[in-house]
Amino acid sequence: MTIDLPFIWAAIIAFAVLAYVVLDGFDLGVGILFPFFPEKHDRDVMMNSVSPVWDGNETWLVLGGGGLMAVFPLAYATILPALYMPLIAMLLGLIFRGVAFEYRWRTRRAEFLWDGAFAGGSMVATFAQGIALGALVQGIPVENRTYAGGWWDWLTPFSIATGVALLVGYALLGSTWLVMKTTGDLAARARVHALRAAIGTLVAMGVFSLWTPFLEPAYLNRWFGWPTAIFSVIVPLLVLGCFLLLLRGLRSEHDSQPFLAALGLFILGFAGIGISFYPYIVPTSLTIWEAAAPEESLVFLLVGTIVLVPIILTYTAYAYWVFRGKMDPEEGYH
Amino acid sequence: MFDTALLARLQFAFTVSFHIIFPAFSIGLASYLAVLNGLWLWKKDEVYLELFNFWKTIFALAFGMGVVSGIVMTYQFGTNWAVFSDKTGPIIGPLMGYEVLTAFFLEAGFLGIMLFGLNRVGPGLHFLATCMVALGTLISATWILAANSWMQTPVGFAMNGAGQFVPTDWWTIIFSPSFPYRLVHMVLAAYLTTAFVVGGVGAWHLLENTAYRRSYTMFSMAMWMAAIVAPIQIFAGDLHGLNTLEHQPTKIMAMEGHFQSHPNGAPLILVGIPNEAEKRVDYAIEIPKLSSLILKHSLDAPLDGLDTVPDELEPPVAVIFWSFRVMVAIGFALLGIGGWSLWCRWRGTLASNRWLHRAAVLMGPAGFVAVLCGWVTTEVGRQPYTVYGQLLTAQSHSPVDAPAVATSLTAFVIVYFLVFGAGTFYILRLMARLPRDPMPELEEGPIRSAGITPAQSHKGSAP
Ligand code: HDD
Ligand code: HEM
Ligand code: HEM
Repeated sequence: MTIDLPFIWAAIIAFAVLAYVVLDGFDLGVGILFPFFPEKHDRDVMMNSVSPVWDGNETWLVLGGGGLMAVFPLAYATILPALYMPLIAMLLGLIFRGVAFEYRWRTRRAEFLWDGAFAGGSMVATFAQGIALGALVQGIPVENRTYAGGWWDWLTPFSIATGVALLVGYALLGSTWLVMKTTGDLAARARVHALRAAIGTLVAMGVFSLWTPFLEPAYLNRWFGWPTAIFSVIVPLLVLGCFLLLLRGLRSEHDSQPFLAALGLFILGFAGIGISFYPYIVPTSLTIWEAAAPEESLVFLLVGTIVLVPIILTYTAYAYWVFRGKMDPEEGYH
Repeated sequence: MFDTALLARLQFAFTVSFHIIFPAFSIGLASYLAVLNGLWLWKKDEVYLELFNFWKTIFALAFGMGVVSGIVMTYQFGTNWAVFSDKTGPIIGPLMGYEVLTAFFLEAGFLGIMLFGLNRVGPGLHFLATCMVALGTLISATWILAANSWMQTPVGFAMNGAGQFVPTDWWTIIFSPSFPYRLVHMVLAAYLTTAFVVGGVGAWHLLENTAYRRSYTMFSMAMWMAAIVAPIQIFAGDLHGLNTLEHQPTKIMAMEGHFQSHPNGAPLILVGIPNEAEKRVDYAIEIPKLSSLILKHSLDAPLDGLDTVPDELEPPVAVIFWSFRVMVAIGFALLGIGGWSLWCRWRGTLASNRWLHRAAVLMGPAGFVAVLCGWVTTEVGRQPYTVYGQLLTAQSHSPVDAPAVATSLTAFVIVYFLVFGAGTFYILRLMARLPRDPMPELEEGPIRSAGITPAQSHKGSAP
């Protein structure tokens, strides 16, 4: 029996990226929503709802990056230069919002500055991630093991559109998170934003489902060729189901259902992208087998991953559990 | 003139130099917090809890800055050093992968509980969380230094058809020849750096006469660390140098300023001005034969100089020559303070010797300078290679246009100075605020004679 190591690794990297997107997605989303909640007290609660967990959430991004370098070095070495500008923008955005978690409590006079850094940094990081995703979907040219395009190739109407869509999507995750974690007026207003963002997200998913297949013949075949066209029926149906659950949860003022349904939407969208990409890791230049590291590297890291990821998930879940339930608006962490 | 490779080097040097400042502090501080937390649980003395809370807030700030500047580093390997990443990814990648899995998640997972969770989980589990964070920082240092040491002294690999380094033996890769030395030297450096920051803050508050018990406690703890760790660090540094002589002799030649070979005993150049064009050290003050004695343990042992190395394979001498001297000078200065503190402790004047306190305040930031100088010696001394002897720096960078790198470099410089400048300001302000103790009887300073300062005599007059 042979084990297809690159395939297993593609699945693990995909899992890390998905974990990153949904976890950091909601705390970036809280930042994106900051401008809609100008009251200091609301902002205190919003920020405290994510401060114990944001660092762990962001670590999945490090795993995605470091893991890619370890197991698909060629993909890492071609995708990152291709996305040079959006990635640098993302890193800078993450710097501003990351330090705001602490700086904000260290000053009264400049608090508004760090509020701005938190909101602005979250938006820039999200927009840049969306652009990076769009540029990746459009494909990255590779020749002789190096990126063969220019440093502005990522900028297209499509990538701008994916950037905007991700802003709406993270705002959905953030607002449903707030619905789950907060009470009273704050939760009520979060519900309004969640509804808007949910409609926006659904529209965006529809638009991209129709747009993407026409970017690349490979995607078109995947979605309209047999037997993979089955997905073209199943995935949209599931999306619709999640959307209805989300609406029901919001209407009945259920705490966690909207957030869970929003997670469902993201998982389905992610699965859709995965279906389009497979078997490429650098669309449409390199497959996962072409980009994979030598077997010695794949095996060495796989052993640790199998042992450690369940442990990580356990203590991460414990950390979430410690800070479970509604925020007590009077209990400041700082 | 500014090509992509040079800009990428500048950007990497700039961002990693900023990054290392925070680990150097948070590795040490995390352990210190674990000790304070443990002492509080053990001795039930509130002073340790107060110190824990005082340093915890500062730690949160420094750690946050470490995290965001570290994420930049991970991605920079790909954005700016694509060829390097493609070729060394199979080796460096898994090491960093393990760093994420064993260290970063551990730190991040327990950080929230350590900072905000005392009331939710109780003192026992909270102590465990603090220990996990401290352990995470040490594990992190271990893996990243394994990666870096492999780049300095690469072993345990073969090359494949695509020009990639393929691992043949992971054990040798992780324990590459320079790794044990580098790990010990770096962790001690972090502890020493933190000890002097803590000691500097304690000394400052002793001079200011705020919260006597807390400032004295931290000052005394820090001075014990200084007195114990500084000599060990110098010893470790010496061993590190011998190891480098064995595996990267060119680096030692540059550090020592040995442009010429010395067939019968090389001098130790204390100071001088390396003149790379003329291949000599101008105005050198040197001690004959001492370098051979230190490096070869024999006065007349021959030592090769840079004349044995082709010019294009030499690292830039002046930078390394100076950064090494600054590090060593600081090492001896820290040793001096540690020794002085022992003397004062023995004489019973540790709490009252104002000159010692002033010196400790002055040396508060010295550890950071030494750490930076040490890394510059190490990394610039590896030039012109990224993987020593195997992969040239000039062949490691990404196919990105120079204007793109120039833009990002400019942005990093502006943002880092703004953001980390503000953070440093907040940290300094937190350090300056050690509130006076609400219970003055805890504040009695038994040793310093009353009446030196108005505040002191005031306190002394109220029994
Ligand atoms: C000797 C120690 C050391 C050295 C040489 C480096 N780091 Fe570091 N790094 C740490 C010690 C550390 C740490 C102690 O684990 C940090 C510092 C503060 C912190 O938050 O964790 C950290 C944080 C940190 C993070 C954020 C982790 C998180 O999300 O929690 C990343 C991604 C990196 N580092 C990556 C790097 C890279 C790619 C380096 C090499 C160029 C590097 N570090 C050098
Ligand atoms: C954290 C402390 C570190 C500092 C202060 C530091 C400093 C530097 C400096 C000054 C340079 C530029 C040298 C030159 O081009 O002349 C450099 C380059 C580089 N370093 Fe480090 N370094 C550190 C750690 C590391 C680690 C842990 C790694 C790898 C795991 C690493 C990998 C590199 C690479 C890939 C380059 C770019 C190529 C080059 O210019 O040599 N560094 N570093
Ligand atoms: C005074 C005695 C000291 C000696 C003889 C010494 C020796 C050395 C040597 C030879 C290197 C370069 C090793 C190489 O690149 O192969 C080095 C690097 C370094 N030194 Fe020192 N050192 C001393 C003091 C210090 C002090 C006081 C600190 C910090 C508080 C420090 C921090 C560092 C760091 C961070 C590095 C780079 C990482 C590494 O290679 O370990 N050193 N030291």
